[in-house]
Amino acid sequence: MEFSQGLISAAYIIAALLFIFSLAGLSKQQTAETGNWYGIVGMAIALIATIADPRVDNVWIILVTMVIGAIIGLRLAKKVEMTQMPELVAILHSFVGLAAVLVGFNSYFEMDHSVMATFSDSQQMAVNIHLVEVFLGVFIGSVTFTGSIVAFAKLRGIINSAALMLPQRHKLNLVAGIVAIILLVTFVQQGGGDNTLYLMTFIALVFGWHLVASIGGADMPVVVSMLNSYSGWAAAAAGFMLNNDLLIVTGALVGSSGAILSYIMCKAMNRSFISVIAGGFGTNVVIDTETDYGDHIEINAESVADMLNGAKSVIITPGYGMAVAQAQYPVYEMTQALKAKGIDVRFAIHPVAGRLPGHMNVLLAEAKVPYDIVLSMDEINDDFAKTDVVLVIGANDTVNPAASEDPTSPIAGMPVLEVWHAKNVIVFKRSMNTGYAGVQNPLFFKDNTQMLFGDAKDSVEQIFKAL
Amino acid sequence: MIIGIPKETLSGENRVASAPTAVVSLLKLGFEVKIQKGCGTKASFTDQEFIDAGASVAVKKDVWQSDIIFKVNPPTLDEIAAMKEGAYLVGFIAPAQNEDVLAALKDKKITTLAMEMVPRMTRSQSMDALSSMANIAGYRAVIEATHQFGRFLTGQITAAGKMPPAKVMIIGAGVAGLAAIGTASSLGAIVRAFDTRPEVKEQIESMGAEFLELDYEEPEDTGSGDGYAKEMSKAFIDAEMALFAEQAKDVDIIITTAMIPGKPAPKLITTAMVESMKTGSIIVDLAAAGGGNCELTQAGKVVNEKGVKIIGYTDLVSRLPNQASQLYANNLVSLAKLLCKEKDGTLNINFDDVVIRNMTVVKANEITFPPPAIQVSAAPVKPKAEAVKAPEIKVKEPVSPVKKYSLMAAGALLFAWVASVAPADFLSHFTVFVLACVIGYNVVWNVSHSLHTPLMSVTNAISGIIIVGAILQVGNSNPLIQVLAGVAILIATINIVGGFVVTKRMLKMFRK
Repeated sequence: MEFSQGLISAAYIIAALLFIFSLAGLSKQQTAETGNWYGIVGMAIALIATIADPRVDNVWIILVTMVIGAIIGLRLAKKVEMTQMPELVAILHSFVGLAAVLVGFNSYFEMDHSVMATFSDSQQMAVNIHLVEVFLGVFIGSVTFTGSIVAFAKLRGIINSAALMLPQRHKLNLVAGIVAIILLVTFVQQGGGDNTLYLMTFIALVFGWHLVASIGGADMPVVVSMLNSYSGWAAAAAGFMLNNDLLIVTGALVGSSGAILSYIMCKAMNRSFISVIAGGFGTNVVIDTETDYGDHIEINAESVADMLNGAKSVIITPGYGMAVAQAQYPVYEMTQALKAKGIDVRFAIHPVAGRLPGHMNVLLAEAKVPYDIVLSMDEINDDFAKTDVVLVIGANDTVNPAASEDPTSPIAGMPVLEVWHAKNVIVFKRSMNTGYAGVQNPLFFKDNTQMLFGDAKDSVEQIFKAL
Repeated sequence: MIIGIPKETLSGENRVASAPTAVVSLLKLGFEVKIQKGCGTKASFTDQEFIDAGASVAVKKDVWQSDIIFKVNPPTLDEIAAMKEGAYLVGFIAPAQNEDVLAALKDKKITTLAMEMVPRMTRSQSMDALSSMANIAGYRAVIEATHQFGRFLTGQITAAGKMPPAKVMIIGAGVAGLAAIGTASSLGAIVRAFDTRPEVKEQIESMGAEFLELDYEEPEDTGSGDGYAKEMSKAFIDAEMALFAEQAKDVDIIITTAMIPGKPAPKLITTAMVESMKTGSIIVDLAAAGGGNCELTQAGKVVNEKGVKIIGYTDLVSRLPNQASQLYANNLVSLAKLLCKEKDGTLNINFDDVVIRNMTVVKANEITFPPPAIQVSAAPVKPKAEAVKAPEIKVKEPVSPVKKYSLMAAGALLFAWVASVAPADFLSHFTVFVLACVIGYNVVWNVSHSLHTPLMSVTNAISGIIIVGAILQVGNSNPLIQVLAGVAILIATINIVGGFVVTKRMLKMFRK
């Protein structure tokens, strides 16, 4: 079956609209599932229309590869643990990046280089624009590709998540940028040179690797959403190359949505976007082990249970530690037990808790914690003073009073959950080590703070039993 | 020591410096209390109530001979003459305006504490009589306005027709302003409020009013560091006046509370603004005693200017004498507790305590006014952390219009150049691109925080649309292109399927 050009264009417009509805739907809890369906339908329409395009040949290759890809994708999606979501998202970004690179190369190879000499001016201009598009598409794609792979490896723990500190790293980035621009100019003037393209791809790959390698683990939410944005721009560049409006629209949608997410993340950390991209959160931290913060007080699970039994209101602030320990299920059970006793239990989520925007919400949702008791920082920060017990489960930097009290702290000015105003604070932690930012947390040494050491999951289960 | 409570002699003053409940507290601190006969009558306290509380009743002359005098208003020179040498005096003194009173007190070695000099600190809030009195004044201002206003404040729809709610503008959101906001909005009016300190916006909104914003940025802090507002620059005042002129045409009631300590009240409402108001409108000028915020205000009177009534009462607090006395008496008890930590009925004027130092205007034979400046930790003092993040703040500062527009112009020129040389085809694609960016921005901007992850995985799946490019290329005769395109299709499909399925999985988990 082959569609006419008009029919294909119509299908593309409908697909683009469905994608917009999809994103709009995803911005609200009530409409989110419908939004996902819009996306699926839009994608299906776009694929059918493209395959039915009379210009498309070798349909069997398409079908075979798509079936294989679908099987892999399904397996990945079904198997993934919710705690590993950041890794999955990161590796999927790298796929988009690689695909963009491949499409870019193909688009370049498809050009007929022999007839160049006979072009008129306007044709020459069109060719130049096309070359720029190819160049940019491959460049963005390559950066996304290696950047996402590094992000994936960092999140999975294959490589050290600390920021890589090459000497003169800012200058290296600058040089890479300048060289890329020079190559772009040569590439266009030559009318496209294979070697220039390969060299640029190589530089872009290294650049992407270095860009993410030099960003520390605590900034991963920003990095992941930034890469999301890049993958969108890569798709948009491919759209320009192929004169395909659907690709342009979709790419621009994804690109701007990723950019906004990154911006929201940066605002939550009180950091400028540039400083995150330029690399190295907490890079200049001198870890101050000299300061005497006093002693911390230990507590055991039974005492915590007693304290919870006597409390009227409890707020739980989870962090990455809860994800690592897979403690969300016991936390839910404990929440239910407390609610059954008439205790008001709520969750306070810092915007950058976890390693992915909204990471904690996903984990709590997985454990069936109803979302109306899960509140964001702005909604709950004033309530800590009226709270009897705060349970800090695996969070560290997001509850660090140094951010508001110590102007010399590397995280100074970052908005944090002000848990220390509560009557009692229990911190679940494995040891006294510092968090991702490498900053000591004065919270642990406050008079109203008690430390419960051990694996968060075991600790919560013990408390649940003692209740 | 004996605390004497004389009757207030200022005309129109109904308050008294103590109340029966306060007498009980003072006795517990070891003091004796002697009240002048009939001193509480206007505030609805009978002598018998004071006697029941443990006070003794005496004639005027005896009361003035007490060791300590608690008063509301500044003493007259005759009253000072009637006092014992070396006695203590506590009350509103207005030390900046009453130099002769200070001199007379000094001559008689009377140690004097001025209630208006309580610094604005958390610790001293319980003795802050200006605040407790301002609260009453704010409430009463609305009541007086309502009394003169001849209309409902709340809107009503009745069988006999519809009545719109009154619009009230309140200038200055100090204690009085906030009290007025609360009172007016609880009566059902639409309340708007303005203050030069942007940080009070939250407080205004918490009381149920709309915060009127100026489109002008004062370069520096508008708080003066002592918890009060300070004088503003010329440009700021111009912007402010424009706002008031515009609001005056719309609102029915204006309540002004703008006062700068030790200076005449700023003139905020001009004659022209009053004339532009609707007939029957009301202005209540709480700053009338300091010269008034309105040009037509006459202290202590109601002026009718072409149908607009300007209320300049200076005794608003005194119009709620019972509770005003009660609150003032409690402020004095808190002060007595601070001055008499031993509870032995003696006063200890300890100058190491900044609160006491600040309040003491005469100590024995020495005038100690004005006190050395103290910085209060009240709201406007910016946290030091600001200094550290200063470089970032600069980035966030709104770009000046000139810069902004010239950047936009440069962008437009660049685009015009590209458009003039590029083929039409490219331009139409570019238009699509720009529009899609704008749509993406608007659609995603309000995303709920908890949905960040699902949104990201969906956009991830959608960006797998790059598969379309690969599909179009796979038909090429070049085997290399075929292979590359095949790989691209494979991985893009992983992306599409994986992204959508995992989003579905995640969304299923969200439930109410």
